Amino acid sequence: MGTTISTEKGKPLGTPNSPRKRSSFLYSKKAAPYIFVSPFILSFLFLFLYPFISAINMSFQRVLPGQVEYIGLRNYERVLNPTFYTALQNTTVYVILTVILLTVLPLIFALFLNNRLMKMTNFFRAAIFIPALTSVIVAGTIFRMIFGDSDMAIANQFLSFFGFSPIEWRYGAASGMFLMVVLASWRWMGVNILYFLAGLQNVNHDLYEAADIDGANVWQKFKHVTFPAIKPIVIFLTTITTINGFRMFEESFVFWETSSPGNIGLTVVGYIYQEGIQRNDMGFGAAVGIVLLLVIFVVSVIQLYLTGAFKKGDS
Amino acid sequence: MEKTLKEKMITCLLVGLFILVAFVALFPVISLVVASLSPASDLMRYGLSGELFFSSFDFQNFQAIFGTEGSSYWQWYLNSIIISAVLIVLSLFFSSLVGYALAVYEFKGKRFVFILVLLILMIPFEILMLPLFRMMTAFSLVDSYFAVMLPLIVAPIAVFFFRQYSVGLPKELMEAARIDGCTEYGIFFRIMAPLMLPSFAAMAILQGLTSWNNFLWPLLVLRSNDMFTLPIGLATLLTPYGNNYQILFAGSVLSIIPIIILFLFFQRFFIAGLTSGGVKG
Repeated sequence: MGTTISTEKGKPLGTPNSPRKRSSFLYSKKAAPYIFVSPFILSFLFLFLYPFISAINMSFQRVLPGQVEYIGLRNYERVLNPTFYTALQNTTVYVILTVILLTVLPLIFALFLNNRLMKMTNFFRAAIFIPALTSVIVAGTIFRMIFGDSDMAIANQFLSFFGFSPIEWRYGAASGMFLMVVLASWRWMGVNILYFLAGLQNVNHDLYEAADIDGANVWQKFKHVTFPAIKPIVIFLTTITTINGFRMFEESFVFWETSSPGNIGLTVVGYIYQEGIQRNDMGFGAAVGIVLLLVIFVVSVIQLYLTGAFKKGDS
Repeated sequence: MEKTLKEKMITCLLVGLFILVAFVALFPVISLVVASLSPASDLMRYGLSGELFFSSFDFQNFQAIFGTEGSSYWQWYLNSIIISAVLIVLSLFFSSLVGYALAVYEFKGKRFVFILVLLILMIPFEILMLPLFRMMTAFSLVDSYFAVMLPLIVAPIAVFFFRQYSVGLPKELMEAARIDGCTEYGIFFRIMAPLMLPSFAAMAILQGLTSWNNFLWPLLVLRSNDMFTLPIGLATLLTPYGNNYQILFAGSVLSIIPIIILFLFFQRFFIAGLTSGGVKG
């Protein structure tokens, strides 16, 4: 009896779980950051961690409506087939080409735009950025018309003008790859130029004067003054372009939907879509996804190692 | 004197080069507008002939959108606007809270949370899409706005950006506000959020652009014609079975307009924002 009375008496005086105390804890400086980051934690658990574990789990299963069965490594054995190799090869070629085009050209253009003799820079910046606003479907529609099969289409007229015969762009392996790379380069060139322009603002101009006094030529100035200043952006852009390249699906979809002649436009993500969604073989699709993740991981580590991001004192 | 002549020549060369570059960048967009004003049947048969003047100027394609044939088009437009507007508001709200907390507070697990943000940035969404799709099916969410929006609500790229931006916020204001009895939430909403407005503008464009042009995930979770967003709807017209090229061309032109308006509205902040997010490590 006595104990009951004392708890009833004690409660209003502010035991740790009284309502008032709890709400003031929610308002405290200690709790606030956790409440602020809680949406991210929740989304991490439900939209990342759970699907991630589930993807690994699914890759060992045969997933059929209403029944799921563990089949060990059989999905992975099936992944290593000629169609997957075609997809991986297409994707790899696409990654290499886009990384080169979307790093080297934007850097050159940014250096030119940043030249003190350049005029109307604001207009050119805005103009080269416009393509990034278009959706891949809209851009793809236009590119399909420009690179149409008929002799009348502008790309073929251009070829005829220089004495070449017209091409059926969407039916050849090389020209098909060309279409995807051109579409991606057209859309993202301006964005990457802007990144480089921002990086060029960080260059210390006193160093140029010092280099001039030492009699450095244009190339030496670039190598020893400009490049070190923009190196973080080079690393950033090559990493982003590589990952985006391995994720590529839409550039292929706008030209061929999901079936290109001889799989010339098949990408790894396209293969996941085909198998996992269209053929409803989710376990196999998940296995392809895990293999893709391993490929990206290996490539990223090599890339970061080559660019020296692992060296100490670089940050 | 000789030097100025040389400099003038360099200026001419550079400007000339960039007129060419700007032309290549703008040509496809201009030719889309021209194409939308030409007979659609010719376009599908011959492709774009590259004429930048109108051979037979007509509004037929645009009339088709307003006619009964294209009735779904406005529904797609509406879907895209609703989804993008809700996503901009939600993702800016949640991502800014997270990014801000990571920048201004010292708390246990802060570093861990930041590493998780970077980790998600590095792992492609496409690897998670099948389990997520299965999840949506299990909860009967397929073919709903919610399913389209869910993966974008807390955007790690926006969290990262807001964090980079918030590092530079004046922390003395927080102490002053606390002494005056302001709660931590009051500090964010009344003092810091207004200071973060340029970053909100930059992220409004980025999130708006991402959502407006989002393709693969909506392609998976949207099933019925009336639920399609613009890119999905337009893509159905691009297939061999899609037979309404009039709506494809005129509809493509109209689909760019909202994003151009958003861009022009916040442009000033966007270019500054885009760059400050990526540069500092």
